[in-house]
Amino acid sequence: MKIAIPVDEKTLESNVCASFGRTPYFLIYDTETEESVFIDNTAAASTGGAGIKSAQIIVDSKANALLTPRCGQNAVEVMQSADIKIFKTISLSIKDNIAFYIDGKLPLLDVVHAGFHGHGGN
Amino acid sequence: MLDFMDTEAINMKIAVLSGKGGTGKTLVSVNLAAVAKKSTYIDCDVEEPNGHLFLKPEEILEETISVKIPMVNNELCSGCRKCVDFCKFNALASIKNKLIVFEDVCHSCGGCILVCPQKALTEKEKVIGKIQKGISGEVTVWTGILNTGEATGIPIIKKLLANNASVEQLTFIDCPPGSACIVMESIKDADYCVLVAEPTLFGVHNLNMVYELVKLFNKPFGVVLNKCLEEENPAERFCLEKNIKILGRIPFDNDLGTLNSNSEIVINKNEKYRELFSSLLDTVIEEVQHKTIANS
Repeated sequence: MKIAIPVDEKTLESNVCASFGRTPYFLIYDTETEESVFIDNTAAASTGGAGIKSAQIIVDSKANALLTPRCGQNAVEVMQSADIKIFKTISLSIKDNIAFYIDGKLPLLDVVHAGFHGHGGN
Repeated sequence: MLDFMDTEAINMKIAVLSGKGGTGKTLVSVNLAAVAKKSTYIDCDVEEPNGHLFLKPEEILEETISVKIPMVNNELCSGCRKCVDFCKFNALASIKNKLIVFEDVCHSCGGCILVCPQKALTEKEKVIGKIQKGISGEVTVWTGILNTGEATGIPIIKKLLANNASVEQLTFIDCPPGSACIVMESIKDADYCVLVAEPTLFGVHNLNMVYELVKLFNKPFGVVLNKCLEEENPAERFCLEKNIKILGRIPFDNDLGTLNSNSEIVINKNEKYRELFSSLLDTVIEEVQHKTIANS
């Protein structure tokens, strides 16, 4: 099972990034092999539609679940099309959230914001 | 003076702009249009057009405005992602070899359709807003209205200005606030730009934005100082330092504010302001003629 998390730095000791679409990196963590791979979020500097492009990156990483503090409507639509479940992180720590996820303690993300469209997209 | 001038014979396009909302663009535009009598007023502030609240046009004619957005035939799509990579606005995603189009994010550039090797993408029309034409006394009133949530009002502004390109009349273009693409589109064909400024440091910052814009576009321009108080005016100081022509001063006045907030055309209600805007119109027309001669 692979899970994706937006993270501030390329280390497991770092924190979950507050933004999904504009996070600098994603951690792709394999819960079976306990292998960590950090990938650059090439969507971070987009003038618009960063959530859509970030979601595409997550889909392409073959992750089965996304752990994030928040997520916009368009990104959710991409995740749903790819059958990727979105869970809400409940701590800043990457490691804690992975442990919570494995224990089944993370809630599904049910509050989705409408996105921040139009910020520099014109 | 205007009294001896035949405004019907004047053909010039005057754009009214400012770096932020609420400085008085619409106050200046609608009152200049009303005092000029036979004129055209175009509201290019398509995200929140409000000139019609003052001019109250009648005999409204309406036309919807559409843009072209991509439509995918997933049977033809090979999942090559050339379109996804091409789109600078990230309006496309390819999931399980199915293409998803985010219509609200699309800016209608048509690029995805051009790059698709399978011809899986075609264009379809999407309504983004409308334009209205009406009459208010002798003023022809055009209003652009962008539907909420749409990416850009530029197609609506283009249509408004294209419809008026051949109209040989004194025309006032009420621009959107700021200095972004939609403002550039609005001033592109203007003969002269009137910048409206507030007497604050923030006002100077915003004035500077549009000042740099009109310089970049090489447009002749002048400033109207709005909300003037007795005390020192940072916007006026800015104009003096940069050697910018001050076209007129509108006082920070309770009567004016009340009339304006009751959506009145102030020149019709107050003789003092009729004279102020009449004199402002004279100054603007003289400036345009002067600049046109100087540049020819």
